[in-house]
Amino acid sequence: MAVIQHTPHEDLPPPVSQTGVIGWLRQNLFSSWLNSLLTLLAAYIVWKTLMPLIDWAFIKADWIGTSREDCSSGGACWVFVSVRFKQFMYGLYPEAEQWRINLMAILFVLLMIPMFIKNFPWKKWLGMFILFGFPIIGYYLLSGGAFGLEHIETSLWGGLTLTLVLAAVGIVAALPLGILLALGRRSKMPIVRALSVAFIELWRGVPLITVLFMASVMLPLFLPEGAQFDKLLRALIGIVLFQSAYMAEVVRGGLQAIPKGQYEAAEALGLSYWKSMGLIILPQALKLVIPGIVNTFIALFKDTTLVLIIGLFDLLAMIQSATQDTKWLGFSIEGYVFAAVTFWIFCFGMSRYSQALERKLHTGH
Amino acid sequence: MPMDNQDQMPSRPPLWNDPDKRALIFQVIVLAAVFAFFAYIFSNTLHNLEKRGISTGFDFLNNEAGFGILMSLIPYDETYTFGRTFLVGLLNTLLVSFLGIILATILGFIIGVARLSNNWLIAKIATVYIETFRNIPLLLQILFWYFAMLPLLPHPRQSVNFSDAFFLNSRGLYLPAPVFESAFLWVLIALFVAIIAVVFLVRWAHKRQAATGQPFHTFWVSLAILVTLPAVAYVVTGMPLNWNLPELKGFNFRGGMTIIPELAALLLALSIYTAAFIAEIVRSGIQAVSHGQTEAAYALGLRPAKTLQLVIIPQAMRVIIPQLTSQYLNLTKNSSLAAAVGYPDLVAVFAGTTLNQTGQAVEIIFMTMMVYLTISLLISLFMNWYNNKMALVER
Repeated sequence: MAVIQHTPHEDLPPPVSQTGVIGWLRQNLFSSWLNSLLTLLAAYIVWKTLMPLIDWAFIKADWIGTSREDCSSGGACWVFVSVRFKQFMYGLYPEAEQWRINLMAILFVLLMIPMFIKNFPWKKWLGMFILFGFPIIGYYLLSGGAFGLEHIETSLWGGLTLTLVLAAVGIVAALPLGILLALGRRSKMPIVRALSVAFIELWRGVPLITVLFMASVMLPLFLPEGAQFDKLLRALIGIVLFQSAYMAEVVRGGLQAIPKGQYEAAEALGLSYWKSMGLIILPQALKLVIPGIVNTFIALFKDTTLVLIIGLFDLLAMIQSATQDTKWLGFSIEGYVFAAVTFWIFCFGMSRYSQALERKLHTGH
Repeated sequence: MPMDNQDQMPSRPPLWNDPDKRALIFQVIVLAAVFAFFAYIFSNTLHNLEKRGISTGFDFLNNEAGFGILMSLIPYDETYTFGRTFLVGLLNTLLVSFLGIILATILGFIIGVARLSNNWLIAKIATVYIETFRNIPLLLQILFWYFAMLPLLPHPRQSVNFSDAFFLNSRGLYLPAPVFESAFLWVLIALFVAIIAVVFLVRWAHKRQAATGQPFHTFWVSLAILVTLPAVAYVVTGMPLNWNLPELKGFNFRGGMTIIPELAALLLALSIYTAAFIAEIVRSGIQAVSHGQTEAAYALGLRPAKTLQLVIIPQAMRVIIPQLTSQYLNLTKNSSLAAAVGYPDLVAVFAGTTLNQTGQAVEIIFMTMMVYLTISLLISLFMNWYNNKMALVER
């Protein structure tokens, strides 16, 4: 008997039209005639808008120079931005003292680096220091008046520095207040709960601009006669009140996500309310809401631009006033594009960071 | 077995260790502190106002305003009262919010769906749009449109002209204004009748389908009713609608309707900015419906369009609507940035000009905040109602 040996034919490679670049194109861009039409239309529109934009912003643009006469090629005039760059960064801060801002920025970056290192042992303490110790150093560096540093009026603070100061102080001061409000809202005591709910809903229901108006117009009325407060402090009070309400809602989300067993276990151990909150609940809840806190920080960072309406000179206000300078009329697009890119880098970076954190902290299922 | 102490009444702890009493005392202290704080502020404010010679109360609302307002939906000039400026500002706020909500919703839904498109290029464009516009402050976008882009439009004499009815120039967008004759009422009545007829038709079709399984072309029949009835009424009553066209007279346009540049910039920025957020909400809503639902619908033999209409959209909407309403609320609050470009909304007119003219800071800020609080309260009432309704449907 002859044994019939069956040898399978070797696998054929997939058709060329389904692999590689062509396969990808067919699948993602030209899967049907409608899709092909859409692709071509979209590609045409992108081509038509992107090309002049690149031409304007890079190819035809002027980069080097000192006055508007150096902008002659018809593209973007980045000279306008480079001439005013220091003002956009530091506002009207005296030039001789600007090293203090730089020092502060370098210090901050140096402090932040270990936070990104995995397994850095003193992360918790360093984080605490950045939140509560660094602002004090920063205050003395910026404002001066001690340690032999010259005092700088807050009316001279401006530009990106002011934007960052407003956002940072807003978030750092709003965090403890927000935690207290969130605990108050979940308290068993009816009066405390009602007051917290009223406070939170009041600030969340009104636009920030009315809060800033209130802070700048009404705060002087609320204080005893003769008490003076500078404009920056008034704006900061408004921002902190407003922000603490949003922070409270974020923290409440974290508190609600902690299983009831944790509360009961803390009680069973005989811990007092503050101890059970401080040692058991809050550390877990705050860890859960870090992405939420970063998101409120992004929102606050964008909202700090509103201080321009009450007459503080943050980055946007500096640029706005520079575009109205008679020597540089007609370059407002360049100014706004610069502001937009700066804000975009900060906000986009932070939102990516928050997404990465979310993935890292998502240890459950 | 000896009885242990469990049946015995626990001894009362001392006052400062009794949780109930402690809570009570704590609340009394908190309440007293809050009252003391407000009393302190109140007395300071009264004292300060007296010093500055400002009388308290809402009487100022009846005084003559004496300033003009750029745009008003109701009759207004300098001789009207401060109370009227409140109304003008409020209506302008509502107008820009209403238009912004419509535009942002349309744009947001288109981009949200585009982001999920299986066409790579379209999905990428949508992603770039979302990531660009939601990471740039709204105020910057408003200023950009108003100060950088709108001045690039031509002067009135070289306006962009669309069929002699629409004109676009640096002073604004000019549209034909409808002029209604009294007979137009009949068209409205016909439209009303048509809507009622459609409601009954939908109910009847639904019942019939539930009873017999026979589908009915509800959409096309309803559309036909909605178009034909008013159209017939319009023709029968002798076309009682005229258009007042804008015309170039001298240096500017007369007649028609105008969308002033302030409104245009604000509207553009608000809707582009909010649309980026709405697009993300739409995307997450659609993604929240698990793929098994689509497969189950196909397995039942539903066509893709019907699957979308009957299975995907109703479930996605449950996720989308609560977040969408909060975006609408945000848009309404953000419309207060009008102050930066001088669009006369509530904050710009009332909390701006009127406050400067009268100095009645407390009353004016209070009224302004109350308006926004009322709007947000109404919206959260709606959300509660909606969530309850949805919870009932859930099984």
